[in-house]
Amino acid sequence: MGDDGRDVLITGVGLVSSIGRDTAEHVAHLSNGGGYTVDELRFAPYCVHPLLALDFAGQIPKKSDLKQMEAWQRIGVYAAGLALTDAGIAGDAELLQRTHLIVAAGSGERDIGVDCDVLDKLSQTDDSTTLAKQVLPSALRPTLFLAQLSNMLAGNISIVHGVTASSRTFMGEESAGLAAVENAFRRIAAGQIDIAIVGGALNAEREDLLLGYELGHNLWMGHYAPVWDRAQGGGGFIPGGMGAFLVLEARAHAEARGVQPYARIADVATARCDRADGATQRALAELYGALRSKPIGPLTVLSGASGAAPVTDEEIAFIDSLPSQGAEPIVRAFGSTLGHGVEAQFPTGLALAALACRHSLTPKETGNAEIERPFSGSTAHALVTCVGHWRGEGLALVGAA
Amino acid sequence: MTNDHRDAMGRPLVAITGAGIVTSLGGDKTENWAALTAGQSGIRRIGRFPTDGLRTGFAATVDFLSDGASPAPVLTIELAKHAADEAIGEAMIGVHGRFPGPLFLATPPAELEWPQRKALYNAGRHSGLTGYRRLVEAARNGDWDEMNSLFQFASVGEHLAQQFGTRGIPVSVSTACASGATAIQLGVEAIRRGEADAALCVGTDASVQIEALIRFSLLSALSTRNDQPEHASRPFSKDRDGFVMGEGAAALVLESYAAAKARGARVLGFVRGCGERADNYHRTRSKPDASAIVGAIANAIGDACIPATQIDYVNAHGTSTPENDKMEYLALKQVLGDHLAVTPVSSSKSMIGHTLSAAGAIEAVISLLTIRNGMLPPTMNYDVADPEIPLDVVPNTARPARVDMVLSNSFGFGGQNAALVLGAP
Repeated sequence: MGDDGRDVLITGVGLVSSIGRDTAEHVAHLSNGGGYTVDELRFAPYCVHPLLALDFAGQIPKKSDLKQMEAWQRIGVYAAGLALTDAGIAGDAELLQRTHLIVAAGSGERDIGVDCDVLDKLSQTDDSTTLAKQVLPSALRPTLFLAQLSNMLAGNISIVHGVTASSRTFMGEESAGLAAVENAFRRIAAGQIDIAIVGGALNAEREDLLLGYELGHNLWMGHYAPVWDRAQGGGGFIPGGMGAFLVLEARAHAEARGVQPYARIADVATARCDRADGATQRALAELYGALRSKPIGPLTVLSGASGAAPVTDEEIAFIDSLPSQGAEPIVRAFGSTLGHGVEAQFPTGLALAALACRHSLTPKETGNAEIERPFSGSTAHALVTCVGHWRGEGLALVGAA
Repeated sequence: MTNDHRDAMGRPLVAITGAGIVTSLGGDKTENWAALTAGQSGIRRIGRFPTDGLRTGFAATVDFLSDGASPAPVLTIELAKHAADEAIGEAMIGVHGRFPGPLFLATPPAELEWPQRKALYNAGRHSGLTGYRRLVEAARNGDWDEMNSLFQFASVGEHLAQQFGTRGIPVSVSTACASGATAIQLGVEAIRRGEADAALCVGTDASVQIEALIRFSLLSALSTRNDQPEHASRPFSKDRDGFVMGEGAAALVLESYAAAKARGARVLGFVRGCGERADNYHRTRSKPDASAIVGAIANAIGDACIPATQIDYVNAHGTSTPENDKMEYLALKQVLGDHLAVTPVSSSKSMIGHTLSAAGAIEAVISLLTIRNGMLPPTMNYDVADPEIPLDVVPNTARPARVDMVLSNSFGFGGQNAALVLGAP
């Protein structure tokens, strides 16, 4: 930050996805160009990047807590636990009471079996409400309601990990992740709070989730393709199971604790445009132009591009314009490897930026050699992008702490 | 740094220059205030779907803005637009369709309802598929643009951003039943950071549809007083038996006091302080010692830079559940101490039900009206005093009083608690 704000450091990262169960596995995978894991059959014609199997008990020890959650919440609570542990906060009751919680969330799993049963019965009668009324009270479980509410991922993080200074959940697909990260960053930079944990989770392996996205014809169909190569096929995203949480902290607070930071977030900026032709490219260019601490020279662009058309091409056009600002972009679409995390996409991009900065790592290319060129140098500055499949644009600039 | 544009901590003072409200009692401040101070109830039998056989068949629905057959997001958006129109009109800020600041929105999570699922299921009837495969295929092969524009989590915010031309991403927040207060807090914080001179803060909720009603019913959270819906919400009364679902919306135009004065705006009041604290005890219940809600209330009063003795009136969360009202009393007693004995505490939910995501915003507007009119809205249906809750609840009749500082409480499932302190101009 400049004179008017405090430095915001990333001091903890929790990351799980289809390629790793912790930060070390992600670092190894991205350094080696370990490719992607995709399931093209289970939800055909849609692909998903399935989350690696996790031992949830490692972060959610109580069986009674696990039973209250479905997969989406478990993934998020697990990733949040990793981040708190990584930052040296886990189990520190005094510090947890001063740690603010900021979550980007959609909602939890519906009971597909119950829904199908109700729909089957509804198709045999016109009196939908009466039937729903007869079926629903016996079919719905109270605990399932609590597993579905958007704010209950945060609720469970408070209960399982003891984070209690405050709790806010932002909604709105990718915009949720943008708002959450921006809110954490600005409150710390302005001195309103000292430390926060921010992030989100997506359980990609859900038919009810796929239905919500396919109402707008947003999903990629057929065989896997890297995000940059989907425009000709009409565009679309491949949901990826992931959970990403970051501990963000004011520099003075981190130094007083003696914690080693991953990186500094130089700036975060978000926007909403109407998605008219060219509007997304203009919005990103305006956001970038206004960012503080823009680097001259190599800039690792960790693109959260979803593959949705035409905005993914507009993002490429924006990246192509970066040299006019003095940057030499080295582009990597992390969505080609991890899939699209929707609410979790922007936090995931920041988690990867933190790892790149700490480990002097530039991820290997993930396809389309015209856009992603080999680069053997390390990452000094990373630009994280996130363009919502429907609405919301945002950037974060990350550099050495 | 202290001057008349800043608070005791040197932060920009946050003025309220416009307010709008819609509830089951009416479509604007005038209608609502008249009804609230007359002790009228907006709670009635549900007409938009049959309820026979359900444990609870009543709610405080808003029936004058939609035909009742529309899905929840349509009414959610209409309510929000209606309240925001009133607030922006009163503030006389910006030019039409270009609000000069961000939108902070409290809105329920998006979820398809049974009519939508059934429409998709029917559209897929020739596919030979069953279950969700059939729904997803119907989605793929059809044109569902309107449904899509209503049932994304960003939908309500997007519709409002289009209508009012707010700046930046519309920020949608959920802290369950504290959401409305959190939306206001987000606006206050943005203005204090100097990021914005103005913010539009809206809370809206139209959740009275069958599945939501059954879900709350299954949690044993709702009153079952079906024979007397208008008497069912009885906060703090010993015979209270649960909350009553309500619908509505409220909007506040917040401005830095400096910006409001510079453009000659009329200041209706101030948001003096905001406080929050998360509970980690249980998914639907407060810590037995009430420490989390104590924290939220104490933080709000501390943030307002006032002693607790300066609180003149408390607009309670007061849901009418046995648990909430007892815990809220315990928390108030801890924070206000002896001052609680001389502090009136009333619950608007006795008349408008629990408006869920909107409640914090609606009750902030009611708190503002309390200050401006010098009249305490009553707690209706207070028939049987609860010896465990010795409060002046302004029982059953409105009462004149000079009020300069109000505490407004909001507590949510998931342990998300927020409190606001509103002050006179």
